[in-house]
Amino acid sequence: MSDTGEKTLPLDAWHRAKGARMVPFAGYQMPIQYEGIMAEHKWTRESAGLFDVSHMGQLVITGPNLDKALESVLPADLGLLKDGRLRYSLLLTEDGAIIDDLMVTRRGDHFYLVVNGATKDGDIAHLERMLPGLVIDHMKEQALLALQGQKAVDALSRVAPGVEELTFMTGGMFEIDGVPAWISRSGYTGEDGFEISVQAKDVEKVADLLASQPEVKPIGLGARDSLRLEAGLPLYGHDLDTTTTPVEADLTFALSKRRREEGGFPGWHRIASELQNGTITKRVGLAVEGRQPVREGAMVVDGEGNEVGRVTSGGFSPTLEAAIAMAYVPLASAQEGTAITLAQRGKIFQARVVPMPFVPHKYHRKGAGK
Amino acid sequence: MSLYFTKEHEWIQVEGDIATVGITDFAQGQLGDIVFVEVPSAGTQVSQGGDAAVVESVKAASDVYAPVSGEVVEGNAALEADPSLVNTAPEGEGWFFKLKLSDEGQLEGLMNADEYKAFVDSQ
Repeated sequence: MSDTGEKTLPLDAWHRAKGARMVPFAGYQMPIQYEGIMAEHKWTRESAGLFDVSHMGQLVITGPNLDKALESVLPADLGLLKDGRLRYSLLLTEDGAIIDDLMVTRRGDHFYLVVNGATKDGDIAHLERMLPGLVIDHMKEQALLALQGQKAVDALSRVAPGVEELTFMTGGMFEIDGVPAWISRSGYTGEDGFEISVQAKDVEKVADLLASQPEVKPIGLGARDSLRLEAGLPLYGHDLDTTTTPVEADLTFALSKRRREEGGFPGWHRIASELQNGTITKRVGLAVEGRQPVREGAMVVDGEGNEVGRVTSGGFSPTLEAAIAMAYVPLASAQEGTAITLAQRGKIFQARVVPMPFVPHKYHRKGAGK
Repeated sequence: MSLYFTKEHEWIQVEGDIATVGITDFAQGQLGDIVFVEVPSAGTQVSQGGDAAVVESVKAASDVYAPVSGEVVEGNAALEADPSLVNTAPEGEGWFFKLKLSDEGQLEGLMNADEYKAFVDSQ
């Protein structure tokens, strides 16, 4: 299966040795599961799961007038982003459509960006075109791990003392058994947890050490998808793409107050108009009646059976033991509690709009105690 | 009593003119965690190669085809409440449906256990 043109991760052999089933994803051979998606999902919620997300793009951006330059491509207020803090942001077209979603961290004299694996090459080309005065360094020799779950802090602080002091959306430099690691308290599961950036040459040592902690098991892409769905977190290429705007996608929290008012980022005119006048459709969470998953591509239909929206992610929630989905629905049907009719392979499903996350976030926020 | 298998990874256990149909252990392993099964109700006429049931894992939906033609006499109601029976006992309690054979000659084209094992090994 490795002769199909996909790249391999630095931990490719490690995954196979752990019994992973490998599948093509974002141009890489990636582990979809080890013991099984359901067991891995529950283990992550109850203990701690180790994810290899080295397919994602890690970029360092440097150059003159850095804040102002980067604000010309992101709708974030970087003036509010203190050193060692990260936030969620977006790359946008001139029409306000989403090119990618990303995390941006201020690290001293530079910004560190983590972008999606499938879109990283296009993102880099976009950034180089938009920011000719800056240096975009794609750290190809850097691996990225995520340790997620309520016991992640117990496991990681044992091998990287001090990480327990981090709060949600902050990061710092640490050492894991002598290996330098940039660690942030962040992730894509809705759980407390960490993301750990180390050099590819060191990642096997770090993965072995983390996986040997009693709280930790390796977790594949399958559970990563069901965990992020329960957490209400959109997946680029599915829930977001270049046909959706941040307002339609209900990601207005990524549009900082000052930036909404001042503009100066791609797509501002359309986005400002949508903020004021609303959009035709909006991304919502759906609780689907019954257990049968309603998946990406299923139609949202009106009383006459006409397609008025689409399911962009859907599946079975292991935590809720029920079918859940994200869909774009007409704005008039986007209020909590609205009944929604779905059609999939000729079968009709009843659903209702529910708030996201489907499963409460358990982030370790500053001042939240514990 | 005889046991047959198909290339679509179903098993068919025949007693008299009644065939019990399920998916094989290999198939459930490939599908992963099963979260939903829809089985045909009694009285449904199914024809060989046609849709008979739906099985959904966390990952994907799959159709289960009727391995032989006949009239369904019972769908396994237990799967509605506990679809994971297909994972834990695919060739036992996780059976899908029973049908009354309309053409016993169709069994001739199916594999026996040894042939099926060789088929799986060649996949």
